[in-house]
Amino acid sequence: MSIEIVAVSKRFGAVSALEDVTLDVPGGSLTALLGPSGSGKSTLLRVIAGLERPDTGQVRVAGDDATALRPQQRNIGFVFQHYAAFKHMTVRDNVAFGLKVRKRPRGEIAARVGELLRLVGLLDVADRYPAQLSGGQRQRMALARALAPEPRVLLLDEPFGALDARVRAELREWLRRLHDEMHVTTVLVTHDREEAMQVADRIAVLNRGRVEQVGTPAELYDAPASEFVLRFVGDAGELGGSLVRPHDLELLLEPLPGSVEVMVDRVTPLGHLARVELVGGDGAPLVARLTREQLQELELERGKILWARPERVYAFDS
Amino acid sequence: MPRLGLRSLALAYLAAILAGPLALACYRALEHGVSPAWRALSAPDTIHAFELTLVVTAVAVPLNTVFGVICALAVVRRRFPGKGVLNAFIDLPLALSPVVVGLALFLLYGRGGWFGSWLSGHGVQVLFALPALVLATIFVSLPFVAREVVPVLREIGDEQEQAARTLGASGWQTFWRVTLPSIRWAVVYGVVLTTARSLGEYGAVAVVSGRLQGRTETATLRVQERYEGFDLPGAYAISIVLALLAVLVLLAMTLVRPREGGV
Amino acid sequence: MGERAGTAVSLGAVTTFLGLVVALPLAALGWRSASDGPHGFWTAVSSPGAVAALELTLGASLVVALINAVLGTVTAWVLVRDDFRGRALVDAIVDLPFALPTIVAGLTLLALYGPRSPIGVDVAYTRAAIVLALLFVTLPFVVRTVQPVLQELDPELEQVAWSLGASQAVTFRRVILPNILPGILSGVALAFAKAVGEFGSLVVITGNIPLRTEVASVYIFGRVESGSTTSAAAVAVVLLALSFVLLLSIGAVRRYASRHDRA
Repeated sequence: MSIEIVAVSKRFGAVSALEDVTLDVPGGSLTALLGPSGSGKSTLLRVIAGLERPDTGQVRVAGDDATALRPQQRNIGFVFQHYAAFKHMTVRDNVAFGLKVRKRPRGEIAARVGELLRLVGLLDVADRYPAQLSGGQRQRMALARALAPEPRVLLLDEPFGALDARVRAELREWLRRLHDEMHVTTVLVTHDREEAMQVADRIAVLNRGRVEQVGTPAELYDAPASEFVLRFVGDAGELGGSLVRPHDLELLLEPLPGSVEVMVDRVTPLGHLARVELVGGDGAPLVARLTREQLQELELERGKILWARPERVYAFDS
Repeated sequence: MPRLGLRSLALAYLAAILAGPLALACYRALEHGVSPAWRALSAPDTIHAFELTLVVTAVAVPLNTVFGVICALAVVRRRFPGKGVLNAFIDLPLALSPVVVGLALFLLYGRGGWFGSWLSGHGVQVLFALPALVLATIFVSLPFVAREVVPVLREIGDEQEQAARTLGASGWQTFWRVTLPSIRWAVVYGVVLTTARSLGEYGAVAVVSGRLQGRTETATLRVQERYEGFDLPGAYAISIVLALLAVLVLLAMTLVRPREGGV
Repeated sequence: MGERAGTAVSLGAVTTFLGLVVALPLAALGWRSASDGPHGFWTAVSSPGAVAALELTLGASLVVALINAVLGTVTAWVLVRDDFRGRALVDAIVDLPFALPTIVAGLTLLALYGPRSPIGVDVAYTRAAIVLALLFVTLPFVVRTVQPVLQELDPELEQVAWSLGASQAVTFRRVILPNILPGILSGVALAFAKAVGEFGSLVVITGNIPLRTEVASVYIFGRVESGSTTSAAAVAVVLLALSFVLLLSIGAVRRYASRHDRA
């Protein structure tokens, strides 16, 4: 079930949350809406869900115009950052809710709920209440609940934002595997670029209510359309008016052609790699990323003068 | 649209039960002109009744405020057995009929009561005099400050107080400089509720006051007296003054009422 | 001062105050009610006047509590979810019965619903008047207990229910109502307690006709005025016991309400 967003705009009072956004979400894909807070990504998700009405524009699901439909009529699944668990119902009843509301027969509900609980690994806590579950378990329950009525589209609003780092990493991987199995068109909102890169087939980068670029993770990283996308999707330093990715910066002990004099400001070991902050002749900051072997070879320390040669630079108009 | 339907239902209900009667009462007070109303309000007995009400309130409110704060601190910050019983006693005046309260005091301090004979033997009159009015009013308006302060104390926790102690503050200093400011609005709101209750108390004082005009007749009892004396405009006039006081209290309540999660 | 000493002092102050103001008078009440022995107690409580008064009180209070459960919730809903000009004013007015003296409330209702009613509705000296007066004085209770719960309710819960296909009505029944029910119940219990003990607003408008429109509190008052303090005390003890039971049930409702919040 593909989703088409056509020229959608939305204002909240004086604030423009979305400006003329047009986006295609291919059926069966896992698309991430990536951007900083205030970029409009959550608003866009809620417009797709029908929880917000756009001021202008259209939302089409599987070719049909859904703009005027209420959330109940759109057959979507929605997962919130803070779970929105029905705390007065057991896990089983939470997952069954969408089916009960559609008045499905008891046997069918029980079977489907059981299948989903097994899928998300919550069968043994099925009769507990949400307050008795961990954050990760609650979010898995929320996913199962959203998937139970077989929605055409699954929408996730920063679903792992409230969880601690390890659980977040586990659930990311788990979501990717789930999607590979179930192939429900999924839209994921996140401000975490690593999450988007790891999980999504396609990423739409939003900034201040506009779509900056849409593409695969590789496309965004290697061929960013704007400085914003370049900086948001990875680290970048400035070198003579252009931008350089840390791993594209070669550090030399001698001034070879094409290199610029720089001074080491700070070295931060990060496990296997090290992050080296440099200052160029014009005072502009640069970042290089080296392996530990390279670090030792160069004998880097604060204040050392080196020469930096970019293997690749990016330049944008404006 | 269900929204308009619900709104109309709620507004109609409030109009029928509250707003309509109040508006008409104002009309009744002044329908025969200002002079009967004024006559009732300016009568010496009426003025005394208002004074008496204010005196009783002026005694009851500070006492209940101090009690309420100490009680709240004890309940929230300290450990001791029987907290449930204590809480029940504090809340009891809210659930108890004022006539039962009045009767209980009547039996304690009246002739033949446990204190009655001892007190009259020493020339102290409680019943049918100011002390009984004060005691009755304290009883019925007891819970408000404590009940408002307890949840606030619970929510803010004692970390700030602990910090103050580590910085060298004594118990009193901690209370005055750290605890009290943080419960300030809860105390104010509790005081407003206590004052409203004290000003408007009727049932309990009706039992213990003896209703001696010019002596033990509070403002609310005066309203009844005027009504029974067929002075309807007078009764309504005094009622309107009391209602205006209530509106002032209401205003204070609305302005001070703790917003959800706020102090 | 030391922790233990501080506890002892504040506890001592609190229990002395409560003992003097609340416990002793109630003990005197209990004592007097038993002074004619169990047989005398039973006679007092089972006399036709007492029985009629108690039945009337409980019946009317129950009706009023149920009306409040529905209309109070509707009013709270409208105040929280709806927006219209003057909503803040309406919100403030809801507290008026808290601030208004009960006898003024009675007189106010008499103006609109009594003998000289401008809309032709005269319920003075009838049982309907009892329900009316009780609706007035209990109006704020359910509204004010439901409002904060509605306000705190996470809008995401409703949104997720819609996304799962639930209509507004189903969402209310399955998601909202279970969450506000404890608020409704504790408001109903408070309203019921207030109604059972209500005195001032009923004195004027019901005519206090024995066996017809005389509620329990008025009956007790009558017994005191005629000097039968023992039988008054007996019926008063019945009301006292009822108040205790209601208090305990409010506590139970609160614990029940938070059962799903504990891990």
